[in-house]
Amino acid sequence: MEITQQDVEKVAQLARLAVTAAEKETFAKQLTQILTHVDKLKQYDTTGIEPTATVTGQVNVFREDLVRLSLPVEKALANAPERESDGFVVPKIIEER
Amino acid sequence: MSLQKLGLVELHKKFTAGEVTATEIVRAYFLRISQVEPKVKAFVTQTKEAAYQQAECLDHKLKVWRKTHPLTGMPLAVKDNICTDGVPTTCSSRMLQSFVPPYDATVVSRLRSEEYILVGKTNLDEFAMGSSTENSAFGPSRNPWNLHCVPGGSSGGSAAAVAAEECVAALGSDTGGSIRQPAAFCGVVGVKPTYGRVSRYGLVAFASSLDQIGPITRNVLDAAFLLQAIAGHDPMDSTSVDRPVPDYVKALQKRDLKNLKVGVPVEFFTEGLDPEVEQAVRAAIGELKHLGAEIKEIRLPRTDAAVAVYYVIATAEASSNLARFDGVKFGFRAKETKDLLELYMRTRQEGFGPEVKRRIMLGTYVLSAGYYDAYYGKAQAVRTLVCQDFDAAFKEVDLIITPATPTPAFKLGEKSEDPLQMYLSDIFTISVNLAGLPAIALPCGFTKAGLPIGLQLIGRAFEEDLMLRAAHAYEQSTAWHRQKPNLR
Repeated sequence: MEITQQDVEKVAQLARLAVTAAEKETFAKQLTQILTHVDKLKQYDTTGIEPTATVTGQVNVFREDLVRLSLPVEKALANAPERESDGFVVPKIIEER
Repeated sequence: MSLQKLGLVELHKKFTAGEVTATEIVRAYFLRISQVEPKVKAFVTQTKEAAYQQAECLDHKLKVWRKTHPLTGMPLAVKDNICTDGVPTTCSSRMLQSFVPPYDATVVSRLRSEEYILVGKTNLDEFAMGSSTENSAFGPSRNPWNLHCVPGGSSGGSAAAVAAEECVAALGSDTGGSIRQPAAFCGVVGVKPTYGRVSRYGLVAFASSLDQIGPITRNVLDAAFLLQAIAGHDPMDSTSVDRPVPDYVKALQKRDLKNLKVGVPVEFFTEGLDPEVEQAVRAAIGELKHLGAEIKEIRLPRTDAAVAVYYVIATAEASSNLARFDGVKFGFRAKETKDLLELYMRTRQEGFGPEVKRRIMLGTYVLSAGYYDAYYGKAQAVRTLVCQDFDAAFKEVDLIITPATPTPAFKLGEKSEDPLQMYLSDIFTISVNLAGLPAIALPCGFTKAGLPIGLQLIGRAFEEDLMLRAAHAYEQSTAWHRQKPNLR
């Protein structure tokens, strides 16, 4: 599988990752190399084989919906890159008309 | 004999007998750290002050009330992707450089309730993505046996710290071999438990269906002892399994391996395997036979697919898990961004290193519209085939023996420019994670150049006791684990 620099750009956008021109070139080359190795999976016949997402066979582990102690606000905000009173600050996301 | 020469169980015996205080232990270890750490660089953070405080507190308490737990006073190191309340947990990433977790991982709260002493947080490949610790944002750790060589990865800091006697034992995490490969490279013991045996709560997630926390120790007995402390069900991790935990230490008592069938998979002894590694592992197989085990050649025909399956599934899960690093609630945030999209994009560009970006890109690609079925779906189906290989093998044998790695430790810089070659260095450990099985790496010899060689024993799911017993029997009939690196 050949990965072009355009592919890299598109995937980087999906991954919310800004990439430089140099990175685009390197990633295109490296991803092509890795995916060429991955292409060997095609030689395995998987008709009728169930996919494995996890191995323990456990599904839907439920618990009671109970009120419990949670992190105090101060502790939860302690790692905030930017905060104001009891909230996280982010750039404005609603545009003005 | 200096204190740091003793293994975990030996040291604990001496401590509970009152022959040594916790403060003396801590002093001995921090003296050792001050001597060798400038060369080994195993730690991201050292917790010297807190360790002394904790030791004093324990010594004081024991004067009044002589009750100890299995880890009381034991100086342990914890890989820096396992959350420790109040102690920085960086994942060796710029993204989390100043992150101080507001809670303990379940494994850490268990160690804490057993009164362990944290000596520090150990270096890793950024977010556990790598096989050499060269991907750490804070610089690589070194192999105590040869400072020009890598200690392996991603738990390279933990393995190096144990080998260099900077802690009595350590915790690592293993997604594709990240405990076993560095253990093999550093000549120590590393256990990857069955998926679901140990809680992942508080382990910074890389690939959730593959990650497990496990012990890295000087010998098998210590590994059994430490695994005992961390194994068991945890309601905070919905993938942890509610099954009784056997007595791992007691399981070691039986020394002979009669009635035990050990499989040797032919696929692991092919081209690419270093001749010195092959020779050492073949000799170990002979030793197991000598101890009474029946040796049987087996086949794991889909071994060849494991690396490809892994690098689709692990990166897919990673791309999703690492979406949380967006610069909003914690961690690094890029400066002066004009809108939210730019905040995300630049925070991630500046916060992540090259290997993490590469894996996020790969994972995003294989999950994207048009490629999902061809890559992710296909890899999940071939994962089933890999599991079926093991199921079939374990109908014939009780354990599987392989080399832990195809080569001994490689030189720093040797593979860092070639991601695919680096990925292929995990070829013998990866399939175990895909199948969720327990496995142990332990020393089985040295190369002519003096680098450790490790073998791997793979067990059936939740049969860590049998696996540890065989490993212990082998270890006790050899002297490899007694050799120490010459670090001055």
